[in-house]
Amino acid sequence: MEKTIEQIKKEALKELEAASDSESIKALSVRYLGRKGAVTQYLRNISNLPRESRPEAGKKANQTKKILDELFKKALKQLETSSYETDNRIDVSLPGRVTRQGSLHPITQITQQICDIFVRLGFDVAEGPEVETDYYNFEALNIPKNHPARDMQDTFYISDNIVLRTHTSPTQPRIMEKQKPPVRIIAPGKVYRCDSDLTHTPMFHQIEGLLVDKNVSFGDLKGILTTFVHQIFDRETSLRFRPSFFPFTEPSAEVDIRCVICKGDGCRVCSHTGWLEVIGAGMVHPAVFENVGYDTTCFTGFAFGMGVERIAMLKYGIDDIRKYFENDLRFLRQF
Amino acid sequence: MKVSLSWLKEYIDVDINVNDLADALTMAGLEVEAVSDRYDYLNSVVIGRLAKIDPHPNADKLKLCRVDIGARIITVVCGAPNVKNDMLAPCAMPGTCFPKGTILEKSIVRGVASEGMLCSEIELGLGANSYGIMELGRNYSVGFPLNKALGLSDPVFEIDLTPNRPDCLSIIGTAREIAAFQKKKVTYPEICLPESFDDISDYTSITIMAPELCPRYAASLIFDITVGPSPFWLQDRLISVGLKPINNIVDITNFVMMESGQPLHAFDFDRLAENRIVVRTAREGEVFITLDGKERRLDPEMLMICDGEKPVALAGVMGGLNSEIEDSTTKILLESAYFDPVCIRKTSKKTGLNTDASHRFERGVDPKGTITALNRATQLIAEVGGGKLIKGTIDEYPNPFPDRMIDFSVTALNRRLGIHLDINDIENYLKSIEFQVHKIGNDRLQVIPPSCRVDITKFEDITEEIARLFGYNNIKTTFPLIPAEARHPSKKIESRDRIKCLMTGLGFNEAINYSFISNLSCDRLNLEPDDKKRQVVDVLNPLSEDQSVMRTSLIPGLLETMKYNISVQNRNLKLFEIGNVFFNTGQKDSLPDEVEMLAGLWTGKRVDAVWFSKEISCDFYDLKGVIEELLGKLSIVNIHFTRMPPTSCFYTKPGFTAQIIIKDESIGLVGELHPNVLSNYDLKQAAFIFELNFDRLINHIPETKSVSPIPKFPATSRDITLIVNKDIEANNILQSVIDLNEELVENLHLFDVFEGDPIPAGRKSISFRITYRSSSETLEDNRVNNLHKSISDRLLKKVDATLPTV
Repeated sequence: MEKTIEQIKKEALKELEAASDSESIKALSVRYLGRKGAVTQYLRNISNLPRESRPEAGKKANQTKKILDELFKKALKQLETSSYETDNRIDVSLPGRVTRQGSLHPITQITQQICDIFVRLGFDVAEGPEVETDYYNFEALNIPKNHPARDMQDTFYISDNIVLRTHTSPTQPRIMEKQKPPVRIIAPGKVYRCDSDLTHTPMFHQIEGLLVDKNVSFGDLKGILTTFVHQIFDRETSLRFRPSFFPFTEPSAEVDIRCVICKGDGCRVCSHTGWLEVIGAGMVHPAVFENVGYDTTCFTGFAFGMGVERIAMLKYGIDDIRKYFENDLRFLRQF
Repeated sequence: MKVSLSWLKEYIDVDINVNDLADALTMAGLEVEAVSDRYDYLNSVVIGRLAKIDPHPNADKLKLCRVDIGARIITVVCGAPNVKNDMLAPCAMPGTCFPKGTILEKSIVRGVASEGMLCSEIELGLGANSYGIMELGRNYSVGFPLNKALGLSDPVFEIDLTPNRPDCLSIIGTAREIAAFQKKKVTYPEICLPESFDDISDYTSITIMAPELCPRYAASLIFDITVGPSPFWLQDRLISVGLKPINNIVDITNFVMMESGQPLHAFDFDRLAENRIVVRTAREGEVFITLDGKERRLDPEMLMICDGEKPVALAGVMGGLNSEIEDSTTKILLESAYFDPVCIRKTSKKTGLNTDASHRFERGVDPKGTITALNRATQLIAEVGGGKLIKGTIDEYPNPFPDRMIDFSVTALNRRLGIHLDINDIENYLKSIEFQVHKIGNDRLQVIPPSCRVDITKFEDITEEIARLFGYNNIKTTFPLIPAEARHPSKKIESRDRIKCLMTGLGFNEAINYSFISNLSCDRLNLEPDDKKRQVVDVLNPLSEDQSVMRTSLIPGLLETMKYNISVQNRNLKLFEIGNVFFNTGQKDSLPDEVEMLAGLWTGKRVDAVWFSKEISCDFYDLKGVIEELLGKLSIVNIHFTRMPPTSCFYTKPGFTAQIIIKDESIGLVGELHPNVLSNYDLKQAAFIFELNFDRLINHIPETKSVSPIPKFPATSRDITLIVNKDIEANNILQSVIDLNEELVENLHLFDVFEGDPIPAGRKSISFRITYRSSSETLEDNRVNNLHKSISDRLLKKVDATLPTV
């Protein structure tokens, strides 16, 4: 035996330390671990050793082989990595190449959210014309000409008998004329009122709901709307129902929710009442059923309507309704 | 309507605090919009001590008072005769708003600055005494606000009444509601008429010539009255609800109207020709001057109160100048009537006169309250204005309104509301709001609502009353039983949502513009006189000229949006909108055609200057690509873009516009906006637009979809470059290849178009790649080469092309 395995290892390590490029490391690897390498030779010569020292020497040599192999590989990898780092690296802080997505208008998003909730509850989505006859917009809904209830909505007229619909409610008689009960519809759309200020735009969006069947009660109306509010806001949002008046429902109700901004403490948004009016609702008035030929002794139903802009304002904290229709890109991009 | 708590308490005990009362009213359906204290104006009136009184240097009758207001001593100029040293008196500070409406400002009186004002009782609205300043007892603290010092507080509720509740347009009406939820009784004012003389029928008569418009008309007579200012209590009541005192007679009529809800009118009896009343409709063209001094042209739909000769009042709306109560009036005829609500509303609308009286009549007053209100006012006038009452009233009521009897089942009521009340509970609730109730058996009630509740005519109306009284919030939340069945969503809604989604994926922001546009839009779009888009629907009462017609295209809205965005420096825009446009059908009273459209606009840079690229402006092909991708994703096939003939291109640039055709049907266009249109909209940068008929488009979206198999064998491709006449459209050449119907041709990909050297003038080169593939084997080179050669040869002939020389 010329050299002990320890000596070989020591020399190898020394040479490794001196190696500065991958070629010399690869050469080292061959020189020590290759077929004719020093460690390989040593292993081969173990058979020449006395029988009793063979196992110990073999074990040591194999360990050395493994250690050296790992060290060579590690050194190679390190060298490779550092060469990428120094020669080829890119500036990862440069902005990425973007395929910019557009955005859905907040009104579209909220409309979709609201419709989705009702679709999950078994409602179908329906639509009606935006320019309406006086009949569907008013008379069929129990709002005769020369009734003070007409003052509740400032109407845009096209002619004496044609109007821009002031609410989505005309979809109620339109659907009922075509479909026998049971009816469960939700009807989103644009509506128009002759009014323009910080809280009113002459065009806005409403969503109408109608459910007609046997044995539908005011309690059911409360159930559906409570579920809806809990879905669109959250389960902690409390509601109150209070008497109101719509000519096409009896009893009629306004649905208030606990102010989502101040949680009821009172703030500017809720006019310091702690409550926000969000939905108008009620049991369908028998006159409406009579107008569409439904049997009032057999069927009852409820209807409700809400303003999309208002819900979107509350959900997104928008304070000026006109923002929706300015379509400022800096506004739209946020959705 | 304003209701003051002090007045309410005349008729009802209120034992809950103000906020709870406001809440309870709201929850009963009388929405309280605001509560304020009517003595709040006294917050800035403080107790002052007259520390020193000096004569005014420039005026004999004025004094300079040094007034100690606690924090400091101020100088006040005062002319009151009763000022004396050390006296305590109310001193109003600048900004105080007095009950009569004036606001105190710092002023200079005869050359001396007055920092406040020492006030009399009458100036402060606290009494009738106008002599000198109000002297206060010694036990008040100087500097303290007067309302706190005197303990003055009177909450006023601002109630927003829904049109169905005219019965609550009065203090007593409100008290009735409070009585119901407080389980108390209303104390109605006791009416006891003074001694009367003679007989009314000897002096006057009433003739109703239009009983359908005036079902009831009653009157009383009071002689020898003295017209003058009202006593303090009366003025105070009116001021508490925001009414202005006028004179004792008019004030009483207003007082009783506010108290009971019945409007009244007083005529100067001596000014009524023939001393009688005739109720008739106006004659066509008749002219009448109302109390406000304005001349009104009448028509036969209007109801008039006349004397023996002429109209003296616009019934239920406003009295006439010719019979107004004057200071010299000594005899009055007092009117209390029931007029037809529709008639009053029409008159009020036509004349533009919305008065406290018309507001009540058009909603419906209590037809049985006529005489009660008349007697109440008669009594008060005799008290306040002196005079002697002529015996009796005239009450013309030819066809009395029958009681409204409503018969209903308790089970049906419970079922409609989803509650379980027993018949006795319902009976008690209804009695608490003064219904007459008769039980019939265990399940039926026969009820007669009080005559003032004109809104109650049906069973369903009763259910609202019960729900109100039981409490909407006490009704248990339940759920309707809904069968687990589903219908398909409509293709329209589904496609719209999908298209919106795809458009955002393509980088477009959704805009929503108003459906009404300027009446100049058609001109701004350069439309020809006979363009269909000129068939606009006009709005009769637009808010402005800019919103006066319904849009026939989405483009004007998008251009306005572009203009707005550029004005706020958003110069790179990718916008789309889906919405309806409206075409006038030309027929009166028929609905316009509503057509849903999809439009888009791209302007500015496709790529901004970035670290890896120079900026690149968007162009026609960017937008065309968007449409191709959109339609492709919708699985629409057979799409063609053809050159729009210059004669049918008005708002886009001729030669830069394509018509979009799907299976021979035109569904819209894509192109560059015409420079004239840009300048009409004051825009300076090029814009590219498309507009598609959404309704037509969605018809081409296939209902079902099937997957093509993935090819098993490899494809191989060959390039070809042809030199053709410049005017030949690329698609012609590609189509020619397709028309050869070669089975192995799988795909064509155009990769280069070139004009200029070395291509001869008037020609261009077009290069494209043909991909060949067989579905049954791997193609051999030979076979592909031969086929490619054959295709190339046939094309050369077909499109008059040459191969490049190099």
